[in-house]
Amino acid sequence: MSEEFTPRARRPLHKEVSIDMNPMVDLAFLLLTFFMLTTTFSKPQAMELVMPAKPKADEVVEEKPIKASRVVTLLIGPDDRLFWYRGVEDVQVNETGYGKDGLRDLLFRLDGEIEDLVLLIKPMRECVYENMVDMLDELQITGMQRYAMVPEEPADRELLVQQGLLQE
Amino acid sequence: MPAVRPRRPSPKLDMNPMVDLAFLLVTFFMLTTTFRTEEPVLVDVPASHSEIKLPDVDMLLITVSEDGRAFVTIEGQDTRRRVLGMMAGHYGIGFSAEQLDAFGLVAGFGVPLERLGAWLELPPSERMRLPQPGIPSDSLNNELRDWTVFTRIANPRVRVAVKGARRAPFPLVKEVMDMLVENNINRFNLITELERSVPVEP
Repeated sequence: MSEEFTPRARRPLHKEVSIDMNPMVDLAFLLLTFFMLTTTFSKPQAMELVMPAKPKADEVVEEKPIKASRVVTLLIGPDDRLFWYRGVEDVQVNETGYGKDGLRDLLFRLDGEIEDLVLLIKPMRECVYENMVDMLDELQITGMQRYAMVPEEPADRELLVQQGLLQE
Repeated sequence: MPAVRPRRPSPKLDMNPMVDLAFLLVTFFMLTTTFRTEEPVLVDVPASHSEIKLPDVDMLLITVSEDGRAFVTIEGQDTRRRVLGMMAGHYGIGFSAEQLDAFGLVAGFGVPLERLGAWLELPPSERMRLPQPGIPSDSLNNELRDWTVFTRIANPRVRVAVKGARRAPFPLVKEVMDMLVENNINRFNLITELERSVPVEP
């Protein structure tokens, strides 16, 4: 037998077949980068807000008078300021903040002091949306049951100016 | 010094685990991904402790930017097209088939209806670059209300969410809320981002 017919004897036994994997890996990483950048993991968080239904035209809404001592008014003021007062007449307006030590403490304290607390929230015309969300959030956290969003009255602004809390 | 340097074998790194991982991640991202809908305007939303997640479908999103412009984002190509059809009928403005198709692909917009046609003619890259005037929502010409009402007709399961910018004037956001209540949408969501602090019980 000539050597030409026995090639096996000479060849290395395992000649490795190598495929160039680089393009595939490049593509894999390209896709990985693409999906990582375009994906949104965090769905938007949301607050649920249930507004009182608007009364029908022929419906008479019965408004029960509320005892003034149970009422606390929160005024959402300009420049992230927050004012509050108890009762209705001859009131002393106080100022607080939106943080944990401000509004949340206040709400917990008032809730403890006043039975059947009713909160009137009056956003003033200069206030920003963030203040309102902070307010709703704190109401949610402190578990307030009775609150109403009411439009501000000129009297409230006068009160603030009178007590030197706001410049006209 | 030897005349011929011994050839060092080049260090070989086994890439296989890395490639395996890369493909695993690719598969994971491909399966979990939902593409971000293009937002008509970037707004910085306020933070809250609420953790309700919003669904991706059947949504009507009303965005109020910091300067008080209103934008509408309607989910669903088919819903969008039908809503535009109804709006066109209501206002007596005609839209071509191309414009309707283009509108089907636009997620969010803030253009008055009379200028919407011209805006839809623009190439998509131009649309987002141009400043959008916002959707009129005053009492004389309340297109925002009509978009809301017709979206509810086109898709009765639609949920309404309001996405306001942190520093947006509240009266403007209140106007949108009042409009929703006026149209018997008493339950809606406010989009917020999660605030990272744990509420403490007293």
